[in-house]
Amino acid sequence: MLTIKGLSKTYRTGDSALKNVSLTVPGGQIIGLIGPSGAGKSTLIRCINRLVEPTSGQVLLGDIDLTRLGGAGLRVQRRRIGMIFQEYALVERLTVMENVLSGRLGYVPFWRSWTRRFPGEDIQRAWALLDRVGLMDHANKRADTLSGGQRQRVGIARALAQAPELLLIDEPTASLDPRTSRQIMRLLTELCAERQLPAIVNIHDVPLARQFVQRLIGLRAGEVVFDGPPEALDEAMLTHIYGEEEWQTNAPEEDDAPPAPAMPEARALAS
Amino acid sequence: MSALNYPRHWKRPPQIIHHPGWRRALSVAAVVYLVLAIGSLEVDWQRVSIGLERGQRFVMGFLQPDFVSRQRDIVSGLSESLTMTLTSTVVGILISIPIGIGAARNLTPRPVYLICRSIIAVSRSLQEIIIAIFLVAMFGFGPFAGFLTLAFATIGFLAKLLADDIEEASSTQLEAIRATGASWWQMINYAVEPQVLPRLIGLSLYRLDINFRESAVIGIVGAGGIGATLNTAIDRYEYDSAGAILLIIIAIVMVSEYVSGLVRKWVQ
Ligand SMILES: Nc1ncnc2c1ncn2[C@@H]1O[C@H](COP(=O)(O)OP(=O)(O)OP(=O)(O)O)[C@@H](O)[C@H]1O
Ligand SMILES: [Mg+2]
Repeated sequence: MLTIKGLSKTYRTGDSALKNVSLTVPGGQIIGLIGPSGAGKSTLIRCINRLVEPTSGQVLLGDIDLTRLGGAGLRVQRRRIGMIFQEYALVERLTVMENVLSGRLGYVPFWRSWTRRFPGEDIQRAWALLDRVGLMDHANKRADTLSGGQRQRVGIARALAQAPELLLIDEPTASLDPRTSRQIMRLLTELCAERQLPAIVNIHDVPLARQFVQRLIGLRAGEVVFDGPPEALDEAMLTHIYGEEEWQTNAPEEDDAPPAPAMPEARALAS
Repeated sequence: MSALNYPRHWKRPPQIIHHPGWRRALSVAAVVYLVLAIGSLEVDWQRVSIGLERGQRFVMGFLQPDFVSRQRDIVSGLSESLTMTLTSTVVGILISIPIGIGAARNLTPRPVYLICRSIIAVSRSLQEIIIAIFLVAMFGFGPFAGFLTLAFATIGFLAKLLADDIEEASSTQLEAIRATGASWWQMINYAVEPQVLPRLIGLSLYRLDINFRESAVIGIVGAGGIGATLNTAIDRYEYDSAGAILLIIIAIVMVSEYVSGLVRKWVQ
């Protein structure tokens, strides 16, 4: 179980990305984190595993406060948190198997990882995960030879190789086509259900989020403005989170029209 | 048509100096300086004609290279140069790697970064010949001074390029490995090394080329090797032997360039 208490983050540039965010994620629950660009979704996720240092507040995984840790203590806790990235973040020149095994780095000493002699059970787990995500035959390929969807499945396998107690997922489908996006979301929800694994998913695609998660959290300018089941997210709420917009049809945006030309003949001449 | 109302001409406005008077004054000043500077070079036409004559003999020597009469000197100079080149490159690489990692801002704390960057700056700001003169004065004539010179110069070159490469490496790949709970060394091994190794190999081979060429140059100031042999040949007016030495140097550089090209393609 993850508990976030009064989390705030102000970047050195002065951007106040998170303002006093509190929330609880019980075991087995998948949370969809939605909000406009710049709302602080990535910042929130990164503050949890301390890729970004929070300015104040607490992050409790079980009963350990992650914000107080440093050095080796932080590394040991990071093993418990798997992370999946929008651009996959695979190490491109390593093989698929090495990428999956890199999920075990927090558990093995340096010389073992350096010589690529991982313990037998780690290798077994990696094979099982590759089989589960459908990439058994690709184990020895270099990661940069895979397609986007395949890369994201390697990313998922790497995160699960950590045997995590929490998954942080930053826009897993933003670089994928609609069908692959669906497959990846389905795979993620199935895997979480199999393991009773809680997860936080940043997601831009609201309909996709509605379809796959049980709980949505709306973030706007660093503040939680919605927290509830997908059914409770109505049009008024969407407007509240994202700002004024026609949600049903794709109306042309008048704000974006270029200014009128200085001379009336411009249109004829330019065309 | 009313389209004619738009202007038909456009000129690029001056980008650096806006005042036309200043632009003209600067052009005049540049020409005057050039004329005066050329005038101040004292040209001794007699020396020039002697020089041209020597140059001609040199070219003749080049066209009829003599590999045989100084063969022993050439072979020993060459093997000295090759040994110096290889050992200095290997030692230089071994020292460059930790310094290069230390000089990468995204991996190291500020004090270490500053120390490593200063080492690089010192090594880069001193030209090989100056280092060689200094080291020959310290350790005497011979290839040891040459070895030290080339190793030192290699550090400035490789460590800087490696550090810049690491700083440009994809930060998401580093973050992904860090997020698994990996230690600093594991992050270097899993996220940094795969990203920079191919280029590091390419640069090392390139440096091997450079070191061989430099070994010929620093030999002239007393650091041993084929450069010393070349210098002796020229001092003795044996231009046919000197031509042979130059041809050998060119051949070796071309071969090593070809081989390093192949290896670079292969590691990519
Ligand atoms: N490294 C950084 N340094 C300074 N400011 C940052 C940094 N990263 C993010 N910010 C700022 O923090 C705010 C929140 O950014 P964040 O990336 O968390 O938004 P997001 O909700 O993930 O947006 P998106 O949907 O576009 O990914 C933004 O105003 C952004 O400019
Ligand atoms: Mg983001």
